[in-house]
Amino acid sequence: MNKYLTLFLILFIPTNSLALIEVDITRGNLNPLPIAVSPLSIDNESKQNFEKILKKKNIGSEISLVIENNLKISGLFNPLNKDAFLQAPDIANLKPRFEDWNLIKAQALITGKVSFVNEKLRVEFRLWDVLAGKEMMALAFTTVPNNWRRVGHIITDKVYERLTGEKGYFDTRIIYVAEEGPKTKRIKKLAIMDQDGANNKFLTLGNELVLTPRFNPTSQMVTYLSYFRNLPRVYLLDIETGIQEVVGDFPGMTFAPRFSPDGKKIIMSFAKDGNSEIYTMDLENRIVEKITNHPSIDTSPSYSPDGKYICFNSDRSGYQQIYVMKSDGSNVKRISFGKGLYGTPVWSPRGDLIAFTKLHKGKFYIGVMRTDGKGERLLTENFYQEAPSWSPNGRVLIFYRETKTDTKGEGFSAKLWSIDLTGYNERLVNTPTDASDPSWSSLLSN
Amino acid sequence: MKKLNIRNIDQGVLMKLNKILKNAFLVTIACLALSACATSKKSSGQMQGDVYTGKDTVEYLASGVPDRVFFATNESVLTTASRETLRKQAAWLRKNSSITIVLEGHADERGTREYNLALGERRANAAKDYLMTYGISSDRISVLSYGKERPVDSGSNPLSWSKNRRSVSVKAN
Repeated sequence: MNKYLTLFLILFIPTNSLALIEVDITRGNLNPLPIAVSPLSIDNESKQNFEKILKKKNIGSEISLVIENNLKISGLFNPLNKDAFLQAPDIANLKPRFEDWNLIKAQALITGKVSFVNEKLRVEFRLWDVLAGKEMMALAFTTVPNNWRRVGHIITDKVYERLTGEKGYFDTRIIYVAEEGPKTKRIKKLAIMDQDGANNKFLTLGNELVLTPRFNPTSQMVTYLSYFRNLPRVYLLDIETGIQEVVGDFPGMTFAPRFSPDGKKIIMSFAKDGNSEIYTMDLENRIVEKITNHPSIDTSPSYSPDGKYICFNSDRSGYQQIYVMKSDGSNVKRISFGKGLYGTPVWSPRGDLIAFTKLHKGKFYIGVMRTDGKGERLLTENFYQEAPSWSPNGRVLIFYRETKTDTKGEGFSAKLWSIDLTGYNERLVNTPTDASDPSWSSLLSN
Repeated sequence: MKKLNIRNIDQGVLMKLNKILKNAFLVTIACLALSACATSKKSSGQMQGDVYTGKDTVEYLASGVPDRVFFATNESVLTTASRETLRKQAAWLRKNSSITIVLEGHADERGTREYNLALGERRANAAKDYLMTYGISSDRISVLSYGKERPVDSGSNPLSWSKNRRSVSVKAN
């Protein structure tokens, strides 16, 4: 609704410099903004150099495809078909003929130029408001040629931020568990990929069961659960160096790990003698603190972004519910009171919401509630789905969904899905194998 | 047997039936129809409440010593049948004093992964505690929870799930 109002202003008060296009991301966007992504122009010499290094015919077009795909999956933009573009990329980047772009109903236009400078990839791009006939933004980056996809992601983040007023989430990665084989003997490996599914890489071989990898919000470290030597323990993995170490080597099972927002602690569950409690470990001095103290199951802890609170899952009321406490374990309060069971609470990076999994009458839901438990909103219902993880800007959730098997016990699959906080734009996230337990990284370029 | 039939019926259906079928004759017919349903179900296995009571997946540590016990949804309470199985295991372990075991606790697929890891651990410990009350030293028993990671039955139906909610005693040496 807001968008219509803004466009109205642009049409009739074009002199108002504040009235440039903007995209409202606070509600379901049923009218994505028409945007033209002109292929980034490239001179012949640069083109040949990049073709040699990257084996891509026209790296300018390739980068613009990355941008276009990002904009499309965000659900907020409608990238227009390039066949309809009238103006050549190089000329458009100098000065767009706004009438031409207007004619194909583009409201925003991205143009740019790629060149090969000192063995490096230099990319400049511009964002234009077609209706107002104005340049909204111009930026240039220089990086190693291999980073070309990341350049596409960073440009998308800049465009998204300029048009929505909020940080983007495109220059990010997803760590997840890749799954193969029959349900009774599932082989699981840690895998990592770019947010758009590119550059998929397996990080473990599948010799031992691995579960629930989670990114450190401040570095390229990951914490996860491994059944190495049949001892389920929390591990730490540096994804740059590949070095792994046990951090939760207690006399029992450690599981459900997550980093604190400053990345300096791991919070996890430790199960012993039939009782699971929540502990933290300081990664610098290895000091361990017990946070909960209750003879029920306490698990799935997640910090608030300011580090002052922890939400977690407990069955101390008799069934799985969501609780919030201060980070020292005091002031425990139950916040979920709707019908059904609640699990996997995760605090939004914006601080205002907690995402969760809910089981009610044989159906699984991904939902959000405010941190006091009020305002519960269910985003999606299915046979089985769980484990939401927030995009770093708190606008999108990624989770996994499993299908029912048939009467012969066949037809099982596990896939990653994403959905906007608005409940719109539900999408399958493509992975080369079955997949579960996704975790979204912070913005890499920050 | 009658009791078992009633538990298999959806509660809502039962209430509606009670309201509608005031005539004793009709009730008799309904009972006949329901027991017919129950017999056809029996062929694929058995459940009491939602606890598995069949033998399909059960293996034996020794002759007459079943290796596993089953649980109700979200529960870690041992049933009468489970306690009987564990007493047999305890007797066998007392006779074979060099044997050590791992109790592997499992949950069905209808729960979140992390909670199920905790639940599997709790179930295996319920079995461990019971074995200890029959004189088996805790040194001989270790506990390993698999949560919902290792189902024995890959079906997505109540019977399959009941087989997967289990604690299995596995010889470790």
